[in-house]
This record gives sequence, structure tokens and C-alpha cells, in this order.
Amino acid sequence: MKWQVGTVTDVRQETASARTIVLEVPNWPGHAAGQHVDVRLTAPDGYRASRSYSIASAWTGGTIELTVGEVPEGEVSPYLVEVLTVGDPLEIRGPVGGWFVWRPEFEGPVQLIGGGSGIVPLRAMLRSHAVATSTTPFRLLYSVRRPTSVIYVEDLKELAASDEVDVRLVYTREAPAGEPRVGRIDAEVLEQHAFRPEAGATTYVCGPTPFVETVANLLVGAGHDPARIRTERFGPTGDPQ
Amino acid sequence: MGIVSPGFAGHRRGGSDLPPGQYLTREFPVLSAGPTPHILTEHWEFTVTTEAGEQYRWDWAGLMALPAEEVTKDIHCVTRWSKLQTQWKGVSLDTLLADVETGADFAMAHSYGGYTTNLPMDDLLDGKAWITWEFDGEPLTPEHGGPARLLVPHLYFWKSAKWVRGLVLSDSQELGFWETAGYHEYGDPWKEQRYAGD
Repeated sequence: MKWQVGTVTDVRQETASARTIVLEVPNWPGHAAGQHVDVRLTAPDGYRASRSYSIASAWTGGTIELTVGEVPEGEVSPYLVEVLTVGDPLEIRGPVGGWFVWRPEFEGPVQLIGGGSGIVPLRAMLRSHAVATSTTPFRLLYSVRRPTSVIYVEDLKELAASDEVDVRLVYTREAPAGEPRVGRIDAEVLEQHAFRPEAGATTYVCGPTPFVETVANLLVGAGHDPARIRTERFGPTGDPQ
Repeated sequence: MGIVSPGFAGHRRGGSDLPPGQYLTREFPVLSAGPTPHILTEHWEFTVTTEAGEQYRWDWAGLMALPAEEVTKDIHCVTRWSKLQTQWKGVSLDTLLADVETGADFAMAHSYGGYTTNLPMDDLLDGKAWITWEFDGEPLTPEHGGPARLLVPHLYFWKSAKWVRGLVLSDSQELGFWETAGYHEYGDPWKEQRYAGD
């Protein structure tokens, strides 16, 4: 797969540690919601580092968007979040991945469950759903630490106000005024806000490894068909976020 | 060819013992396409099906009765992390396949949960591959592929199928789960064969 040089046309700070980068890539072949790209940085002496990032946007021609969460002590993400500016070149290749994807022609309801920056590929699915004016039932469960950790705040407000998608946020450390519950997604939250197993939904779970392990195990325990649960994990094992 | 990223210096934590494009981690990240299957050893079995349709079976006791080896290997994930000198205990596929009558050139590894990955037979024999059940002296946890996973450390780690339940041998190559989803059919980290066509 060939590397291409894109140009940064816009950047948007989403939270204190996450930024959306808008890229113009000549001859971009298009992508499906949920796919990712490889990004490659090159130092003046030729040293290179690459990482994979999920695409945050639906393809409608024109630009593509990546949202990058800064990993403390990371090598690539701090550059993308803090250094890269409008007009800079950025090398990417892709799109990659044919499993954690949603296409408008897929049948059956869709449950999205994201933890932290695991919302990024799910946002591409939400955008793709909107752009296709799909009538497929969509639900989103999004787990964040606190209100200031919410990525795509404006998008989500808009979605929550419409009838298109059922949006539910779960706060694990600190909730906004009027939201009494503070805690992780558990069996009760899934029972109340996710599709029931008999709905035959396809569930996409993305987030840090311990988050995805926990949620996927809860879904299987509640009777969901494991074959209809698609996961994408990132980061180390260890304590849940 | 290529560009310079304005203001990028890099950490340069790699080294000559790392394949191109990899970085070193001390963690043990997890990459799986679905929920983690939880398989009890009393229900576990491993089958080898030859190109002639003959089946060979091992249950957990049968696996444990085979001569085990302890191996120390570097592992390389296509998501770019590498982990050096990891310690495993398992049985070599040379041992497991010693009495299997086959002239097949290819194998498809099958896992509990439905995962598959394809490998040439040459990459499973001659001390290159194991069925393992211990990592760093501890039983392999379900999220890392326990009770038993394939270990083929000279290829990208998606080839080391977690929750492995069998091999189907054949004369022609078919593609497994990630290989069908755009990843390289062989996956040599030293040639950086990440995606189809690399």
C-alpha cells in the first residue's frame, strides 16, 4: 500500500488532550466508516515513526478527518496534537481494515459502545449513517471520565436532540449537574440503554483494552451472540480507565 | 521521495533488534476482533485435519503428556509494538505433527470464537512454532489466548492464533480472518509485510 502526502486544512481542539485533524489527500480512494490509516512522521535526518489512527469522518469526497488522543510520553500523538499546524504536509496510507466497519447497506440495528477516544471510529459510523440518511436504528453508549472529556460535544448534542440516534453518556469520575450516576458501564446500564439480545443488533465496542474486555464480557453474559460483537482495543492491559 | 515533518524529532527507542517500523513496549497489549472466549481445559481439544480428511485429536491431558519446551522469543505485532525476550512454555508443532501423515503445503489455524489465520507448513515446522499455555511462568490468561495459543514468533503476531483449536492442512492457500480483511497473506515483520501488497 502506497504512502500519500496529505495537507492539513484545519485542526479542531476537541478536549484538552484530543484534536481533530482535517486533511486533504489527493486521489484518496474513499473509505468505509470504522477503517483506519497509518500516519508516518519523518525527522530531518530521515528517522521515521508510524502509528495507526481511526478515521473520524464519513467519506463524501473532499477531506478526511482523524481524531488523535494524546498519549503521554508518546512519540507520534503529541506531535499530531500539539505541533502539526494548518498547511503542514502529513504522510498517510490507507484505508486499512475490513472488520470493524459499518456500511449503510448492512442490515439490522447497530449498537455503538465507546470508551474515551474509542468514540473516533464510532463517530465515522454515526456520520456515515447521517450522510446516507439511513433509517437503520442506531444507539450510542459513550463512557467518559468527566464532561470535559467528551469528544465531538457539538455532534453529540445535535444527535441527542434529533430522533435519529439514541445517545447515552456514562460518566465514570464526575458527572454534569443533573446527572446523578457516576460509574462505569455495567450490566444494568446495558440492560437499560443497549439493544436487547433478541433485537439482533450488531454491536461495535471500541476503547482501551480493559474497557472493551469488560463490556464485551458483559454483553456475552447478557445473552448477546458473540459473533455479532465486533471489537477494537487499544493500549495496554491493566487497570480499567 | 517523502517529506520532512516540520518540527518532528522522534524518540528513537528502536534498535537493531527491532524490525522496521516497530517500537518497544514492556506492556502486553491485546488485539482481538471480538469478545474473549472463555474455554475450560476440560472442554478443550485440538484437532489436525489433513488434506486427505484424516483427523488427529488431542485433549488437554494429551497435550500435557507431550514433551514441553521453554522458549524465549521476540514478538512483533502489526500494530507496531514489539516485545523482546518473552518466555513461553509449550509443545513444538514438530512434536505434535510428527506422526501426522501429510504432504500439505499450507495450514489454516482455527480458534474458539471463529478466528482463522493461514500459514505455510514450512513456517510451522523445524522449530518455528509451538502450541503454548504458559507466558512468563504463568498460565496464559483468556485475553492473551488461553488456555492455549499458537506461537509463531517469526511472523507478525496475528499469526499466533489465540484460543487455537485446530489446524486444517491443504495443498492450496486460503486466506484467514485478517488476511481477508486486507492484511498481508504471509506477514514477515522484517520485510514489513503489514498489508496485502506490501
